[in-house]
Parts: sequence; structure tokens; C-alpha cells
Amino acid sequence: MLSSGSTFSKVASAKPNVPKPGPPLWLLAELTYRCPLQCPYCSNPLDFAKHGKELTTAQWIEVFRQSREMGAAQLGFSGGEPLVRQDLAELIKAARDMGYYTNLITSGIGLTEKRIAEFSEAGLDHIQISFQAADEEVNNMLAGSKKAFAQKLAMARAVKAHGYPMVLNFVTHRHNIDRIERIIDLCLELEADFVELATCQFYGWAELNRAGLLPTRAQLANAERITNQYRARLQAQNHPCKLIFVTPDYYEERPKACMNGWANLFLDITPDGTALPCHSARQLPVEFPNVLEHSISHIWNESFGFNRFRGDDWMPEPCRSCDEKHKDFGGCRCQAFMLTGDASNADPVCSKSAHHGVILAAREEAERASQGMQALTMRNEKASRLIVKV
Amino acid sequence: MTPVDKVPVLRRGYRFQWEPAQACHVLLYPEGMIKLNDSASEIFKLIDGRQDVAAIIANLSERFPDVPGIDEDIFAFMEVASAQFWIDFL
Ligand code: SF4
Ligand code: SF4
Repeated sequence: MLSSGSTFSKVASAKPNVPKPGPPLWLLAELTYRCPLQCPYCSNPLDFAKHGKELTTAQWIEVFRQSREMGAAQLGFSGGEPLVRQDLAELIKAARDMGYYTNLITSGIGLTEKRIAEFSEAGLDHIQISFQAADEEVNNMLAGSKKAFAQKLAMARAVKAHGYPMVLNFVTHRHNIDRIERIIDLCLELEADFVELATCQFYGWAELNRAGLLPTRAQLANAERITNQYRARLQAQNHPCKLIFVTPDYYEERPKACMNGWANLFLDITPDGTALPCHSARQLPVEFPNVLEHSISHIWNESFGFNRFRGDDWMPEPCRSCDEKHKDFGGCRCQAFMLTGDASNADPVCSKSAHHGVILAAREEAERASQGMQALTMRNEKASRLIVKV
Repeated sequence: MTPVDKVPVLRRGYRFQWEPAQACHVLLYPEGMIKLNDSASEIFKLIDGRQDVAAIIANLSERFPDVPGIDEDIFAFMEVASAQFWIDFL
């Protein structure tokens, strides 16, 4: 949703053919992988139970300071569930004092009126609450928790009562997308300023559950049509709520310009200090630097991992000779890796990719799939240990 | 057209600030950022929830006497900024 990033300064740098990156305007602080929920589409790594040690308060603040110096202006606190960190208010205050616009991205579980007031005092700018569905039963089943839905509603109301701007995020998939009207109605009732209706991206846990999550083309078209009707109505009423509808790229013929280009805008620091150019990049067979060993400036400008897919020298065919390569940068590296086995390949969403068949097969599978929700693998420690040997 | 006695104020959750790394003013809001050009920045600097549109026009006309049609630019800015819900009017 970051609508800037027009800074593609193609100035030659020390390394030949690697364009000098713009500043890391967006810093994502994944404070912890701990989370009381168990969403089957979670983007956290499948082996999250293996990751142990989290950065300390002082280490995080140093990350914020260095990144701010490099130009970061937006800071997202996420996780896992960031509310699990007892030092959250302290981190917010430190970041806000440095001039960051501070965003808390939470499931709402663990939020209390008291903490909302505390964060407000610390200078928190905005709170985003993510929902699993507008329907209580589906929401609870997907989140693996019974009280989750009621708690989220209460907290969304409290967030508005404290005067925060609020983004409500609904991850949509085949089990809830048909209720999009109910979802939008609920958001309007809760007075959301922005509503993100994002079909889940198939990384991490979602990839494992893809057949159970991908909506059919008809479902998507219907949801988009309804969203557009609401948009027209809101505009006619001069209503400030903005609806953002994100479609899964499985139904496109060209990939998304993932992250606006590799390591070009976005810097993600994971709980243990590993720096990534995108929150799903950890799965790639690329070595990524850690803030405990290197400065942010080194990580951003010099490190191997961050330069790995900058520019276009790394591209094989069909991207190499494609005249659209500066538009989409060859698509998503993680998706290329997951679906073709080679992270340098064209994103198979592209119809020019030799591997485009896997996408077509997934679409067909979505038409046929009858898998119920019970078949989804819930994101929890036990499942994590079963999938990845620890 | 925006009445001149309306007082513009930034919408709650929106922040206007100078970014040294980008060498420009920006408008920050939930998960987003817009880079502002010089004229928009000059207007934003005066949006403080106290001055009305007339005062903003008077201020800028005095400081930039050589810019023709500055009041029209300011009215146009107010239209866009309120249509985008960046500002509210008191
Ligand atoms: S997606 Fe769900 S399980 Fe994963 S961190 Fe977010 S709330 Fe927790
Ligand atoms: S071939 Fe590569 S660069 Fe060209 S459109 Fe497809 S993914 Fe993009």
C-alpha cells in the first residue's frame, strides 16, 4: 500500500550493473514469531518453531536508529503477534521520537483498552487489525480460537474510540470470499478508515494449504464486482472509507512487480535479527545478513543477499530478453523458487514462463477442489515440528 | 469551491513532515507515503487547524507575489486534498 517509491535512481554503483537502490523507506519489524493464533495461511516460515532468540529492546532501537538514518519513514510492528512483546510501548516511543510513522499490525488478541491507551501515549500512529472472516464461526475455526472474534470486535471499537485511524485487514480465500458483503458491512459498521481485502498469498503456511484456500475465478469475479458496487456507493456518499481489493496473482498472465523490485524499498528484520528484502525471502537458498553482525547500511548497500536479484544481470530467459522486465522485475523470487525450484526463473504466473503449467493446474484444481476446512494444516508448533525436523 | 472561511486541518492519522533522505516533504498515513512537490508543501505548512483558506491565500500571495493565479492553485489543492480525505474542514 506504500504508494511512493518512485525513486528508481539508476546510478551506477561500485558493483557493475547493480543499480544503486533507493532508500529502504519501509521498515518491517517482525518482533516475534510467537502468536496465540494458528492461521493456516500464515506467512511465517514453516520451521518457525526452530527460531529461538529474539532481539532485545536495545537491539531493536538500534535497528530503528540506523534504518531511520538511511531514510526509513514507515515502521510496521508485526510478527507473529507483536503484542506478545512486553516492551512494545517502549519500542513505539523510541521509533516515534525518531520521526517514524508507526504502524501496529496485530490480530487484536492480547490487546486491551489499557494497552491501547499506553500505545497512544507512546505516540503510535495507526493500528491494523486482521480478521479471518466476518462470520464468527469461520473466523474462529480459521484462527484456531473460540473467543478470537468477539475480542477482535471489541478491540476494533476501542481502537476507534481512542481516535486512531484503523485499517481492517481481511485475508480472503475460498471459504470466506463469498461472504464479502458481510465483511464489508462489518468494516463499515466498525468505522474502518481503510479495508484491505487481500486474497491470501501462497507463501509459508498458505502454500502448504493452497488447494484448500485458492478461490475459483468465478468466486473472485463476484467478490470484485461486489467490492466495486460498495466503492461506488461510498463515493456517492463522500464516505472516507477506502476499500483495497488485492487479487491473487494465480489468475494473472503477468506477475506482480514483487516488492517494487528486489531490495528496493522494503526492509524486513525478523525476530532473531536476520534482515530480508521481503518477509517470505527466508525460504530462498540465499544467505541473508543479520543486524547483530552488520550495520543496516552494509546490509542494504553491500550485502550479497540484498544485491542478489537487484538489476537484471541475474535473469535467465525468458526475462532476459523480455521488454517488460523493468515493469515486473520478473515477478516474485519466492514464487519462482517454490514452484520451479530455481529462484532466478521467471515467476511462473507469467504466461511466457515454461513453468506456467503449474499455475494453470492450480486454477483447475481450485475448480475441482472440495476440500473442507478441516483438511487445512493449522499453523502451530506441533505441526511445525512434524513438517520440519527439529 | 471551498468557502474561504473554512479552516483546513490534517485528517487524524495523517502527518506532514520533512524527510532528509528524500530531500522533500512527505505526507504520511497508515502504511502509505506521498512525496509532495514544493507548492503542495508550502500549503501544507500553513494547514494548522487555525488559519482559514483566506488566511492561507493571503499569506502565500504576499510571499510569492510573482506567481499568477495562486489563489486558484490553493482552491484546487483544497479540492484534491479533501477529495483524497487528507484534510478535513473545521
Ligand atoms: S497470520 Fe495468523 S498465525 Fe500467522 S502471525 Fe498472523 S495472526 Fe499469527
Ligand atoms: S518474461 Fe519475465 S520479465 Fe517478461 S513479463 Fe514474464 S516475468 Fe516479466
